[in-house]
Amino acid sequence: MDKRVHFRSPWLPYALVLPQIAVTLVFFVWPAAETLYYSVLLQDAFASKVQFVWFDNFITLFQDSHYLASFKITALFSAIVAITGLALSLLLAVFADRVLRGSSVYKTLLIWPYAVAPAVAGILWLFMLSPSIGMLTYALRGFGIDWNYYVNPGQAMLLICVAAIWKQISYNFLFFLAGLQAIPSSLIEAAAIDGAGPVRRFWTIVFPLLSPTAFFLLVVNVVYAFFDTFAIVDSTTQGGPGQATQTLVYKIYQDGVQALDLGGSAAQSVVLMVIVIALTVVQFRWVERKVQY
Amino acid sequence: MSWKPVAPLVAAAALFVALPVSAQVEIQWWHSMAGKLGDKVNEIAEKFNASQKDYKVVAVYKGQYDESLTAAIAAYRAGKPPQIVQVFEVGTATMMAAQGAVMPVYKLMADAHEKFDAKDYLPAVTGYYSDTHGNLLSMPFNSSTQVLYLNKDAFKKAGLDPEKPPATWPELFQDADKLKAAGVSCAFTTGWQSWVQLESFSAWHNVPFATEQNGFGGLGTRLEFNGPVQTMHIQNLAEMAKKGTFIYAGRKDEPTGKFQAGECAMETTSSGSYANIKANAKFELGVAPLPYYPSVKGAPQNTIIGGATLWVMTQKDPAVYKGVARFFTFVSSPEIQLDWHKSTGYVPITLAAYELAKKNGLYIERPGFDVAIKELTNKPPTANSKGLRLGNFVQIRNVIDEELEGVWGGQKTAKAALDEAVKRGNELLEKFEKANK
Repeated sequence: MDKRVHFRSPWLPYALVLPQIAVTLVFFVWPAAETLYYSVLLQDAFASKVQFVWFDNFITLFQDSHYLASFKITALFSAIVAITGLALSLLLAVFADRVLRGSSVYKTLLIWPYAVAPAVAGILWLFMLSPSIGMLTYALRGFGIDWNYYVNPGQAMLLICVAAIWKQISYNFLFFLAGLQAIPSSLIEAAAIDGAGPVRRFWTIVFPLLSPTAFFLLVVNVVYAFFDTFAIVDSTTQGGPGQATQTLVYKIYQDGVQALDLGGSAAQSVVLMVIVIALTVVQFRWVERKVQY
Repeated sequence: MSWKPVAPLVAAAALFVALPVSAQVEIQWWHSMAGKLGDKVNEIAEKFNASQKDYKVVAVYKGQYDESLTAAIAAYRAGKPPQIVQVFEVGTATMMAAQGAVMPVYKLMADAHEKFDAKDYLPAVTGYYSDTHGNLLSMPFNSSTQVLYLNKDAFKKAGLDPEKPPATWPELFQDADKLKAAGVSCAFTTGWQSWVQLESFSAWHNVPFATEQNGFGGLGTRLEFNGPVQTMHIQNLAEMAKKGTFIYAGRKDEPTGKFQAGECAMETTSSGSYANIKANAKFELGVAPLPYYPSVKGAPQNTIIGGATLWVMTQKDPAVYKGVARFFTFVSSPEIQLDWHKSTGYVPITLAAYELAKKNGLYIERPGFDVAIKELTNKPPTANSKGLRLGNFVQIRNVIDEELEGVWGGQKTAKAALDEAVKRGNELLEKFEKANK
């Protein structure tokens, strides 16, 4: 039996979804369509000369080895951010779930970073780790570590990963904690009576029951790493040294906003859009099957 | 309470207030001068507004250079451009190629019958912003060039003469070794590496940066900064980086933080950083000209400028042009220029302002403050030292930054990096040529 809601006026349901549709149209469909259109144009910044060039912008992109390198960097960065971020926040959520006294203090502290805007997060880490003015830079030098991410690509990658993970941990933590608390304690108690230790209980009961949450977070984290980490990169490494931290979304910004190459950056946006759509489809198709709801 | 008797009063008041406002034409000036510089910009606008009644200049900070340029272009595309926008030197080719979007300054001044002679301005400044016929396209505002800053205390510590800064690069390398031996952790650093170590370096040694007179000759220009002189220099810096006497600390002005803190003993960066460094340095500061290679014939030539100029955007109502022209005359008056020069470290853009500064004893009071202008006027500019006019220059600088970072990190040789930078940069130039045919 399917459930149907009956409205008295046939227009009411449309009126109710109208705001949502309007928002989607204005803030997603319209710009996305504009991007598609721009990606086949070659134009100067002022749009005084506009030429239709078919797929030239895309061809230029894929002939550019540096653009292809940017793919690898983004893949590495997203993998590190999503996997480490999820693992760490799951660990923290499991701990916080077991705490009996003062748990709200721990929870509040763990959720706090989420209130920090990405740009501010980047600046915070910059103050600590900037090669010229960072406080931790001086401390590291005391240990004989020459911290200079302007020259050292590994350090630059490490910095943006740490900042991006730190920023996202709260969000993941919140969902994991809610997921953990939704698991009936009777199941865990039963397993405990049967003699299963905490580790075994976690892997055979808690983790499978958490998998819908984990799956959801995986999607969110990959999208986060792809798109929302822009401000972190911009306020710390600006893509350098060389191209060591030039993620796809940051390159779009550099080419489009800073350098006013609208066609090239629109083409990159289209590529990025396709990638994220593909990734989401893959995740829903294959990963979701293994998830137990 | 009845408000009836008040109404006529309000109407009268409104009339009284509205009259002078409606007669005043507003001029929007979008700029990128933050902090102390921003205060100074507001002060200039206020002074102009107080000096006459017909026009009102409204200075609006629109973010950093690239941000205000993007904002102005977006506004133009939406049909509501500001009257004046401050554009950095790297954006010059973009603005020039914008047909119909900008009003050239020489035409603006002539149409408004404002007294204006491009010869009153420093040749190194006007050269950068003129078309091939020598017509000035944008109004010079804040121009700077590269200088060598010294920490005199560190020099004394290393047993070097603080009054004898290194005049040549070989001398600088030697001094750097001595500084390192004396325990200075960072002997040398540089801000704006592409601008200082390649762009102006090429001009200073009178070697081309790009073909077609560094791009002044046309859109067909291609990069050629991978010549022997530049390659030798970058290789020398790479060796310093390997030895630890040159510490790379960022693409823009980040290295100045290290110099200011007393960590680095020498820094080559913008003369526009003077005010900031002076305010923050807790050591005796020295300013010297950029070093050069005596082995290169004709060096030193003259350095090229950086900074920004004011571009006038095409307006629907041409009446406002007259106000903009009057404002430009005001901005380039010797008094305003001297004050700007004195409080910022940017060079005075007119010869009259320079003379006034000399007459007022500014350079005796502040030794080294005239280094920048002396470098700019060292010799009459040649085709290699007039400036650079390259499309997609912002992206080209990014490419150069990326490749140079490979050199400092030891992953690439100077030759390989410069060749690659030229190759990648040329692809961007080709694209610009195609888009602006």
